[in-house]
Amino acid sequence: MSETRSNSTPSPHEPLNENVVFHIHGVTKTYQMGEVQVKALRGIDLDLYRGELTVLLGASGSGKSTLLNILGGLDTPTDGHVIYADQDLTHASESELTEYRRYHVGFVFQFYNLIPSLTARENVAVVTEIAKNPMTPEEALSLVGLGERLDHFPAQLSGGEQQRVAIARAIAKNPDVLLCDEPTGALDSKTGIMVLEALQQVNQKLGTTTAIITHNAGIAQMANRVIHITDGKISEITTNDTRLSPHELSW
Amino acid sequence: MMRALDKKLWRELWAMRMQALAIALVIVGGVSIFVMSMSTMDSLTETRASYYREHHFADVFASLKRAPISVARRIQEIPGVNKVETRVVTYINLDIPDFNEPVSGHLISLPDNSRGLLNQIFLNSGRLIESGRDDEIILSKEFAQAHKLQAGDKIKATINGRLKSLTVVGTGLSPEYIYQIAPGAMFPDFERYGVMWMARNPLASAYDMEGAFNNVTLTLSKGAHSQDVIDQLDDILKPYGGTGAYDRKDQLSNRFLSEELEQQKTTATVFPIIFFGVAAFLLNVVVSRLISLEREQIAVLKAFGYSNLAVGVHYSKLVLMIVLIGVLLGLAVGVWMGKGVSKIYMNSYSLPFILYELKPQIIVSAALISIVVAVSGTLFAVQKAVRLPPAQGMRPEQPTAFRPTIVERLGLQKRFSQPSRMILRHIERRPFKSFLTMLGISLACGTMMVGGFQKGAIDHMIDVQYNLSQREDLMAIFTEPTSNKSLYSLQGLQGIELAEGFRMVNARLQFEHRTYRTSVQGIEPDSQLMRLLDTDLNTIQVPKDGVIMTDYLAELLQIQPGDLLTIEVLEGNRPTFQVPVIGTAKQYLGVNVYLQRSTLNRLLKEGDAISGALLKVDELHQNQVYRKLKELPRIAGVVEQKSSIEGFYETMNETILFFTFINTLLGGSIAFGVVYNSMRIALSERSRELASLRILGFQRNEVAYILLGELALLTLVAIPIGFLIGNALCQYLIFEFATDLYRIPLVLGTHVYAFAALVVIVSSIISAMMIWRNLANLDMVAVLKAKE
Repeated sequence: MSETRSNSTPSPHEPLNENVVFHIHGVTKTYQMGEVQVKALRGIDLDLYRGELTVLLGASGSGKSTLLNILGGLDTPTDGHVIYADQDLTHASESELTEYRRYHVGFVFQFYNLIPSLTARENVAVVTEIAKNPMTPEEALSLVGLGERLDHFPAQLSGGEQQRVAIARAIAKNPDVLLCDEPTGALDSKTGIMVLEALQQVNQKLGTTTAIITHNAGIAQMANRVIHITDGKISEITTNDTRLSPHELSW
Repeated sequence: MMRALDKKLWRELWAMRMQALAIALVIVGGVSIFVMSMSTMDSLTETRASYYREHHFADVFASLKRAPISVARRIQEIPGVNKVETRVVTYINLDIPDFNEPVSGHLISLPDNSRGLLNQIFLNSGRLIESGRDDEIILSKEFAQAHKLQAGDKIKATINGRLKSLTVVGTGLSPEYIYQIAPGAMFPDFERYGVMWMARNPLASAYDMEGAFNNVTLTLSKGAHSQDVIDQLDDILKPYGGTGAYDRKDQLSNRFLSEELEQQKTTATVFPIIFFGVAAFLLNVVVSRLISLEREQIAVLKAFGYSNLAVGVHYSKLVLMIVLIGVLLGLAVGVWMGKGVSKIYMNSYSLPFILYELKPQIIVSAALISIVVAVSGTLFAVQKAVRLPPAQGMRPEQPTAFRPTIVERLGLQKRFSQPSRMILRHIERRPFKSFLTMLGISLACGTMMVGGFQKGAIDHMIDVQYNLSQREDLMAIFTEPTSNKSLYSLQGLQGIELAEGFRMVNARLQFEHRTYRTSVQGIEPDSQLMRLLDTDLNTIQVPKDGVIMTDYLAELLQIQPGDLLTIEVLEGNRPTFQVPVIGTAKQYLGVNVYLQRSTLNRLLKEGDAISGALLKVDELHQNQVYRKLKELPRIAGVVEQKSSIEGFYETMNETILFFTFINTLLGGSIAFGVVYNSMRIALSERSRELASLRILGFQRNEVAYILLGELALLTLVAIPIGFLIGNALCQYLIFEFATDLYRIPLVLGTHVYAFAALVVIVSSIISAMMIWRNLANLDMVAVLKAKE
């Protein structure tokens, strides 16, 4: 059912395979937390491919969120290289990273992080207003099955609904990559599955390269590839020959 | 269509509307005082300038004994002189129907059928004097109003000893007498003193001034140097008993107005500084808190590609909205107060009109100052939002580090309960913020004191001046120096208990290169009615060989006891002599030099002469005395200070009430703004902690103690510090407002302190009551569920 692959990747200076969206080489990240030094990533080598749905699987504290932050241009590595398409994110400036996030990346967070003072529609509009070629907030919201609840404030929505607004917000700009950090972490299994279905639908319909972080091994079954992360390193990469659809997942 | 981010802004502003309003109110305070003072200043300056211009207010003024009219031609020939007008000016006693007290008039000649060449009168009602009429008089508007006199009414006047019946034909105002006070008086008293105008001929014949004049005013041509003209004019007038010409800037009425304008300038600076400072602090506190609450939202916005600049602009917009509300309201209130104050000025000064003027640059400066203050106040907080790395914003903030307070380190913790320790630790953890909060409350308290102190200070000033120092009931001024023996005839009048003579001459004082014009007073060494006081209000004996001078005059001349003062007398033979300064006397009104009358007589090389008399009058015989005095031809005028003071109080009361009311509002707005915002922030920062305590079984009042106890403690500490600030503020204003015309003493009665403290405490209690409601809504369930 699954096959272990080696991590061999081309050196950073070779031209990328045109199917490679992200090329990550030797990435480390060290934080200073008060007086303690935390080594969150200890040398990651990884390629992510166009249109693929990847699950980054790991226990809490394994460094998977740090990796996602670096992929999303929220953070920069201490060492190593991150190449997105033809752009080197490793040494990108603050404003280059902002532009990268603005035009290429969609984020979904564990706690949704909606702006409480804005309605569902407006939360999406916050993003579409600054994007280059967005869908309308209404389109994005009906993609996640929320076409009816446009004018509700976050406080008036259930957790699953809030997370779907967050997904609509993330996909409304037609991003090249969709990065999801524990998108079902705060949800019960039934709602979690609805959210995962929304993500899978986006991946299939729009062909958006999607990376989902989770510590829930059950979710891994829906991915093309599963990257196992332990203690800041990739311990294993598996490929699913048969992917399950979210409602078939066991939690 | 409104952008989503702007909608967020509006909704957040609405959610924090009470806080925003509290801050906006403080800005309203700053802007309104600024606009009020500046617009009043501009309006008065504009009004004065246009009044002076249209009515040809003179540039140089001079009085003399008597000069033939031909001298006017010589004056006209002085280089730099434009127009010259000679006049006959005198003081008369008036007999007003149904008014027993002495009334004196300052009578000025007016050409027939004319408003005059210079210092033209503004005819308020009636008509000008017809040619050939020697019994017509025009009264100053205020004087006529005080006695309800109008055109057609008749009054009697003693003109050079002869009783004459006069018909009022009109009422008017003059740019020369915007501030109308009797010589020697401090306050306007329109019942007992007034300026009035008569035809020149009857006046000249009554005073032997036919073909002559005793007063001259002139205007200068462009570019002329007034001092040069004054010097030459003095030379020309010296043989004719000139008492020294002076510039427009030394003209009494004009000076009062100028001083008033200076005070407005001080007000326009001091108070807005306080208000804007407090507003900046409050904005900082509130915006810092908002930004730390919205850490994650900021991170999300950045994650989706909003630039740092866009985030910075977003929060700056919020600040600017609050400022905008403050500025707009402040402009409205400022214009309202400015118009009110201008109206008060128009009434307390004799101005025919007031041109209320709000210059666009004042609006622009008010807005700019507010924006600069607000932006600089929130710069750090907004920068924090701008600089927040998005990945870090996703992580919860580190719990703040606490440590045992100094009280606990000293081992005193056993005296404090856990909640009390929480209060102390909280204050000590952020000493700077606690200090600023306390300072804000102190400033509110201090500002309140400024509003309250004026009445008490003026009471004290008048008490010292007129009960302790000048103790006479009446001062009679003779038409010219008279033998001291004339006192006997006064003393003989029934009802006069005591009469003391005094000698008074106008003089120019000089020490080193500094000069000052005032009167030199010769008084009796053991005088009962005129006492000089030291700083402790003890009586000072006037020495035989030397002078005592007003403390403020000694400062002006920078002269000290032991130094020799040069006195150049501006009357009679105009002798110049030097006398040692023996000491200084405390005086709040005017500035003078005092010596023994006999010494002054000797220095003037004259006999036992007096210029007038101070009288103590038995109240029962008051009216009789007044009547007798009116009949005495040698008496030029009678000044009764006490009734002037009462009149002054009547006019002042309304003004003082207006300012006290405004000050209370402003002080209250600072106190409320600081306390309410501090409490809201504390509630927001600590709601989790407090909700957790509620879960653990704390009562609402126990939780409230932790929250409100901190502010109560800061308020209690702030009040005494506020007293110090208020004291310093009053001292500064007194220093700035001090002029040779008057100095307001620093007298802060208990009621001033009590009222200031009361306003602060009441504002705090109102804030606490508003917070108490919020405490009822602490969400305990959310605490159990939500992540920190």
